[in-house]
Amino acid sequence: MMKLLSQRLLGPVTLILLALTFWLGLWVTPPDKVQGNLARLLYVHPAIAWVALYLSFGTATIASALYLWKRSRSPVMDRVAHCAMEVSLVFIILTLITGSIWGRPAWGVWWAWDARLTSTAVLGVFAVGYLALRRANDDFELRARRSAVLAILAAINVPIIHFSVQWWKTLHQGASVFTESGNFKVHGIMLTTLFISLAAFTLLFFWLLRARYRVQVLRDERERVSLDEALTQRRREGVH
Amino acid sequence: MIRTALLVAAKDLRIERRSRVLLWQVLPFGVMALVLSGLALGPTRAGHSGAGPGLFYLVMLLVALLMINRSRVIESSPGTQASVATLGLDPAGVFLGKALALAVELWLTGLVLLGGSVLVLHTAPAGTVSALPSVVVTLGALAAAGTLYGALSGGGQGPATLLPVLSLPAFAPLLIAGERSFSAALHGGALWRWWLISLVALVAYLGIGILLYGVLEES
Repeated sequence: MMKLLSQRLLGPVTLILLALTFWLGLWVTPPDKVQGNLARLLYVHPAIAWVALYLSFGTATIASALYLWKRSRSPVMDRVAHCAMEVSLVFIILTLITGSIWGRPAWGVWWAWDARLTSTAVLGVFAVGYLALRRANDDFELRARRSAVLAILAAINVPIIHFSVQWWKTLHQGASVFTESGNFKVHGIMLTTLFISLAAFTLLFFWLLRARYRVQVLRDERERVSLDEALTQRRREGVH
Repeated sequence: MIRTALLVAAKDLRIERRSRVLLWQVLPFGVMALVLSGLALGPTRAGHSGAGPGLFYLVMLLVALLMINRSRVIESSPGTQASVATLGLDPAGVFLGKALALAVELWLTGLVLLGGSVLVLHTAPAGTVSALPSVVVTLGALAAAGTLYGALSGGGQGPATLLPVLSLPAFAPLLIAGERSFSAALHGGALWRWWLISLVALVAYLGIGILLYGVLEES
């Protein structure tokens, strides 16, 4: 019952929350006193980055580690890692695009050689490499093992991205939501909208992951069936 | 593990000494790449732009890619695979040995190219000498990371184009740390901070390689 409910409700709830985010972000919340309407990107960019860097890349890394651990090794873990990495790549690209849109008026350039931007781009190349590695190997076991190791190696980059604004002097602003003492930097309707956007994009990730996972299951099934059919056909040819 | 490492390193270096690939193919390529980098900058900027350290590491990355592929080709030949499987060598030792052999090759190439950058890109000889410890550590880290990524890409068994896509993002921080420490040695600045980053990367890649190389080579 719960499973059916989550399958049925995940999509509509995600869409409602996304619509709510855009309505609150574009029409209800006030413009920022320093950045004006540009600050409305606060309701999109951090949420997309949260999904790209932490949620989806984290899911891919944990699933990869579980695949490498012999007790929990299963094709499910490999599939989850693969699908999460694909979603992560899409969100990394979106993070860079929304960051660039914010950066152009704020810094005067679309791209700056900033530690956070560069390390995020490097993570994107890692994700591309992961997908390239999967395409290059036909052997399931070998492909799963190698890509799991690569996902874990690439994950080292995530804390570097996170702490880059503290470790180096960067153009990119520090934490947007919390101060160093742990208090909120934004308040009222702006904070509410920010949390709704985080919830919306989190649910969007799970929705996309679930859809992509189902596609992957079907693909694997098709490959297995077509292989079985080819073998049967070959045997028949042998008989005649 | 150490004994296996020394055995594998000696084997790889012996193959390299006999085949002379490093001497006749990789080194000339590195020198040509360095000269071409100077030509790309132009005669006036090549010697005065301060681009020497960056160009040196860029060329070293290209050279490292060639060497990693070469190292993997040696390892994936059927005879070597069968020997390693029959002898039951410790994968961690194999990783350390291959990384050590690659590091020795990179250090030798690095020495020649440092001399080349003094000649062609006019980097100060005294500064270049004081950058040596950081160059040694950075190239060591490059060798450890390269050995790991070489195994990931499958080397001789996998497509040659896969290695750069997989390894260059991992090499990027090493390039930055190496270039900054070399520049600091030439022009003054926080040399030790960047040198420390290379050292941490070296230790991290050695640790990860010791832990995971067996998983990658497992058949």
